[in-house]
Amino acid sequence: MGGGKPVRNSGEGTRRKFLSMGAAVGGALMACSDSGDTPAGGGVKRTGKPPDEYGERSPFEKSARRGSVSKYPEAGSTRTPLQDSHGIITPSSLHFERHHAGVPLIDPAEHRLLIHGLVERPLILTMDELKTFPSVSRIHFIECSGNSRGEWKSKKGATAQISHGMASCSEWTGVLLSVLLDEVGVKPEATWLIAEGADACKMHRSLPLEKCRDDVIAAYGQNGEAIRPEQGYPLRLVVPGHEGNINVKWVRRLMLTDQPAMGREETSKYTDVLADGKARQFSLTMEAKSVITRPSGGQKLARPGFVEISGLAWSGLGLIERVEVSTDNGATWTDAALQETRQRIAFTRFRLPWTWDGTPTVILSRATDETGYVQPTVETLVEARGRNSDYHNNCIKSWKIAADGSVTHV
Amino acid sequence: MSDRARGYWPVFAVTVLLVGAGFAQSSKYEVGRAPAADEVQAWSITIFPDGTGLPEGSGTAAEGKEVYARRCSECHGTKGRGGESSALVGGQGSLKSAKPLKTVGSYWPYATTLWDYVNRTMPFHNPGILTDDQVYSVVAFVLHLNEIVGENEELNRETLPKVRMPNRDGFVRDSP
Repeated sequence: MGGGKPVRNSGEGTRRKFLSMGAAVGGALMACSDSGDTPAGGGVKRTGKPPDEYGERSPFEKSARRGSVSKYPEAGSTRTPLQDSHGIITPSSLHFERHHAGVPLIDPAEHRLLIHGLVERPLILTMDELKTFPSVSRIHFIECSGNSRGEWKSKKGATAQISHGMASCSEWTGVLLSVLLDEVGVKPEATWLIAEGADACKMHRSLPLEKCRDDVIAAYGQNGEAIRPEQGYPLRLVVPGHEGNINVKWVRRLMLTDQPAMGREETSKYTDVLADGKARQFSLTMEAKSVITRPSGGQKLARPGFVEISGLAWSGLGLIERVEVSTDNGATWTDAALQETRQRIAFTRFRLPWTWDGTPTVILSRATDETGYVQPTVETLVEARGRNSDYHNNCIKSWKIAADGSVTHV
Repeated sequence: MSDRARGYWPVFAVTVLLVGAGFAQSSKYEVGRAPAADEVQAWSITIFPDGTGLPEGSGTAAEGKEVYARRCSECHGTKGRGGESSALVGGQGSLKSAKPLKTVGSYWPYATTLWDYVNRTMPFHNPGILTDDQVYSVVAFVLHLNEIVGENEELNRETLPKVRMPNRDGFVRDSP
């Protein structure tokens, strides 16, 4: 592991230099002094920190969510720095955010889940009671349907974080909604479930009942601990493969009905305007998608030679079956290795060893899922839906590598 | 067994299964409690397109003008446009253009959605402070700005669901 990797983040020279040294001394990095002045050969001379109750990452790690500034930050969002990610799990603290009325502070002892409407036995549950039901833990991505919305037009994302960072992947733990629905006894005429949050705007969405009976989780756990407040603490829905907004956070009420609510978030928002002016509604599935995260926009190849191309692929319809990578702007494609064990409706890490010869080129990735669906080009999407859809852009993403190794969006 | 009789066997089997499932459909885990009727009532704020959930009360655009000026105009502009937040007015006929303007008038398919959204979320920093009458009236005012209802047309639980929005037929259902 000599000399560090040729891929690096531009504009972070000091950090990179340190990381290279850290790679050389291995575990010594964990106990280094504040200055980071670790002698490469000699290790650390001073005693480090004692054990702590709740761990923090190294102060040398600066990877962070980024959002846009607006007059209404409580209705804002932040994006996951996918370009810095390893493997398939997004740290809970870096999971993307999208709130409609800020992050509520909810005491779990006070929180209740009400299930009512077209049911035999309406039910109110405390969090303690909810946790007594049989549980599951499943790895799923959640992706905002507005992820990559800039790719519809000329405003392409300059980094993987900007273009694709409204997707994140966690292990979620909770109760299958099907268990709760059996418990309350759904009446035969019910066809929809309206889920509502406890945030200030009582954000709500209508879910097809069929999906709720399938694989939706009322989740209280994320990556081995309680869900983070910004992810819905103490309880959220995880609706595998469906657009992020429908994964209602801080969920407090589930109402069984025979019609959708036609709320603002499923009529005036999260609907996709087509070329003829009509809009797709309840376009819930997030279709197969991938992005190369290393090397990606904003990074720089230090020199010609070995490069591991690595990225993430996902599909709302199941397993990722194949990811192809092109290093010649789409002329030829090579299958990348997929990180096992693959999970359905989860990030799948792909990797491809490559030797960059120093000439400018364009690299791209193309995912295929287990249904045979192949990630489309933006031209194919535009042909089908026009340029005004805003949501659900899963097009192939290209990165341009210049002669000096710098990587930019195309 | 005749072909016809054989054809009924699956029906019979399914019936037996359904009846069996019916018996099994009682509380299995015996956790939680049944909510009181008034608890459900208090939590149930969803307004449906057919008007289900709408409360008593009423309002007109004329009455809503003052509510709007006090509670809405700072963000949405004095006449439903030009503010820092979403435009509420205009954009009709723009959905096919290169820059569609999605407003209540040009895009929203149901007037009930506006009632639900205002009641649920507005004003942004202090949702829930409007009375039912104020919600009816400010909804009427926004619809009036869009020339969908008259200035003195009374909106209530009977009339609001009947308001025909310009883009009512503008949506195609994606197969979930």
